Amino acid sequence: MTTSLADVATSNATLRTFLHGLPGVDRVGADQRAAMLATRSIKTTAKAQAIDLAIGMVDLTTLEGADTPGKVRAMCAKALHPDPADPSVPRVAAVCVYPDLVAEAATALRGTGVKVASVATAFPSGRSSLDVKIADTGFAVAAGADEIDMVIDRGAFLAGDYVKVFEEIVAIKAACGAAHLKVILETGELSTYDNVRRASWLAMLAGGDFIKTSTGKVQPAATLPVTLIMLEAVRDFLAVSGRKVGVKPAGGIRTTKDAIKMLVLVNETVGEGWLSPDWFRLGASTLLNDLLMQRQKMATGRYAGPDYFTLD
Amino acid sequence: MFEYAPAPESRDVVDIRPSYGLFIDGEWVDSQGGELHKTVNPASEEVLAEVAWATEADVDRAVSAARKAFGVWSALPGSERAKYLFRIARIIQERSRELAVLESLDNGKPIRESRDVDLPLVAAHFFYYAGWADKLGYAGYGPSPRPLGVAGQVIPWNFPLLMLAWKIAPALACGNTVVLKPAETTPLTALLFAEICAQADLPPGVVNIVTGAGQTGAALVDHPDVDKVAFTGSTEVGRRIARSVAGSGKKVTLELGGKAANIVFEDAALDQAVEGIVNGIFFNQGHVCCAGSRLLVQESIETELLDALKRRLGTLRLGDPLDKNTDIGAINSAAQLAKIRELSDLGEAEGAERWSPACSLPDKGFWFPPTIFTGVAQSHRIAREEVFGPVLSVLTFRTPAEAVEKANNTPFGLSAGVWTEKGSRILWMASRLRAGVVWANTFNRFDPTSPFGGYKESGYGREGGRHGLEAYLDV
Repeated sequence: MTTSLADVATSNATLRTFLHGLPGVDRVGADQRAAMLATRSIKTTAKAQAIDLAIGMVDLTTLEGADTPGKVRAMCAKALHPDPADPSVPRVAAVCVYPDLVAEAATALRGTGVKVASVATAFPSGRSSLDVKIADTGFAVAAGADEIDMVIDRGAFLAGDYVKVFEEIVAIKAACGAAHLKVILETGELSTYDNVRRASWLAMLAGGDFIKTSTGKVQPAATLPVTLIMLEAVRDFLAVSGRKVGVKPAGGIRTTKDAIKMLVLVNETVGEGWLSPDWFRLGASTLLNDLLMQRQKMATGRYAGPDYFTLD
Repeated sequence: MFEYAPAPESRDVVDIRPSYGLFIDGEWVDSQGGELHKTVNPASEEVLAEVAWATEADVDRAVSAARKAFGVWSALPGSERAKYLFRIARIIQERSRELAVLESLDNGKPIRESRDVDLPLVAAHFFYYAGWADKLGYAGYGPSPRPLGVAGQVIPWNFPLLMLAWKIAPALACGNTVVLKPAETTPLTALLFAEICAQADLPPGVVNIVTGAGQTGAALVDHPDVDKVAFTGSTEVGRRIARSVAGSGKKVTLELGGKAANIVFEDAALDQAVEGIVNGIFFNQGHVCCAGSRLLVQESIETELLDALKRRLGTLRLGDPLDKNTDIGAINSAAQLAKIRELSDLGEAEGAERWSPACSLPDKGFWFPPTIFTGVAQSHRIAREEVFGPVLSVLTFRTPAEAVEKANNTPFGLSAGVWTEKGSRILWMASRLRAGVVWANTFNRFDPTSPFGGYKESGYGREGGRHGLEAYLDV
């Protein structure tokens, strides 16, 4: 990172000057661009390629109060063998669970290449003390999490206290150690596209490895325009800082069509450099079975009923 | 690498006859002595059909039919005329896929544009003017404005069906009857529209379609029994029409060329401005009279903007117009391609720097890559003359006043675009730009409720909206 970029976070005034100096986002134009890209028609070989790519990018997620070790073990089995009858189906990128279930997932996935991701920092609201958030993160990392999905303090962001948000991300990044940090912006609460762009830059400046749209607990979540704006942000950040940051839309991506639209967005905004699970993830719980169903349809020409796909 | 597989729209939805006659008085008739000419698919040079080039005698027959129908049509209550127009609008919607495919085949424009832009607007125009037909007394032209009579309408090849809609919908709503001549390179959708008129049981003679080239158009414009001439096309032909109808008492509207400035300020929403520039000049291969062919960029962000623009142009997909993922289709004709090449070569000779993204052009058909000229000055011909192709001239400015001065320093005045996040500056600019349409933070957006037309050599009269009624009423 260049000296000038490191300097912007010294005070709320400098951060504000920097973030508010970013080019604005015109909502109508951004919506139009996303809608246009959504008309791309992805068929035959391209569709087959996209489906496999998307499966490999899925962060298979369960974030319920009712989650149990049994539920997590079952989901890990699904992550390793999405379609038990077809070994050519790629594994998903990661499973994503609450911190207290990380150990369970880590045991089930050890040595498989499928990563364990954990939400942390008083997910999903982020309303607690920094100490609690750091402890939460440390707990997940110690239990074997490879990736931490933190939430930013949206209240501080909306109140203009950018330094607080920045320093919290820096502290959590430090608590992550070797684990990768995904920073959840919760774009549904930031509301404007200008805020989404500013929060993206803030998270990247503070050292986030990924920027993620949503917790999945707030609507709207991973919309196409919001993902577009975040992709533009990582593209521009790479040009300025030389550091590449990944993007994870999460929440509301349920169908193969949704997932393919996301991939088209990546392809035509930042290019193939981001078309890998290292740089682009899809946070989802029900998406995987639709991808499997479409994959089987492409191979056999027929749709199998929902009972032919495992529910885990 | 994520390569999109071909996704062609099926052309089976449309039936193209091997040859077409003229649509006069509700019937298909052969031309009296007119030769048959081929119309080709500009993307492949494949012959689509043969079309008659109407003679003076044919035009006379069409005008007589329109004159005869005028009595019946203008005597109908507005609410009855509206029913026909609503019916036509609905049939256009129902047959929109067919019309879109035919438009792309004959014109070369991408199916995404004909499907998502042209056809929805065509239907919207008919719906909009259908709504006016029984409310003309409330349009601000007196309690009971009268129609003019027979309208002779000549339209261009860039938006064949949309220009037809702009001409025919208001004319019919006001109680006029029409003889319309589509462009010689793109007659097919107008002929399909004739079928739609028959399908809608429109009384014979209310709409007559005569195909042909310049001579047919001249015969129509000069016909003594035509009360109103409406033309969209080049400034050169527009000037000739203005001369020929001068003193004849015919009412005229002309929608001619343009050399619009798309003005980007340093505080613009950059990513959306880039989209707007692309949409401004590469939409419809730049075959748009109101295209944003001059990019005026504030010098302080020139490098940043051009880098972003070039990166974006690298993702444009040029090729088969019927492929649903195509962004840039074919140039409409060999003649237009030659003109674009000539002016582009001239731009280079004049010292501007030419740039195109790496893109392979198909072997057959008429193609031109998206092209940017940087280092262009006001005195270069590519900054002054209408290229009517995918060619953008980039100029810089320092202050808002200079932007206005440069934008207005053209014989044309059809449209302009302003990109800034500052609302007050948008208003300041809009009140000073001498252009019929000023788009703020967007470009090439059309709506039937919004009047469209030019200043200076871009023509006179307005089409669209309440203002568009005036051109077809005796006011």
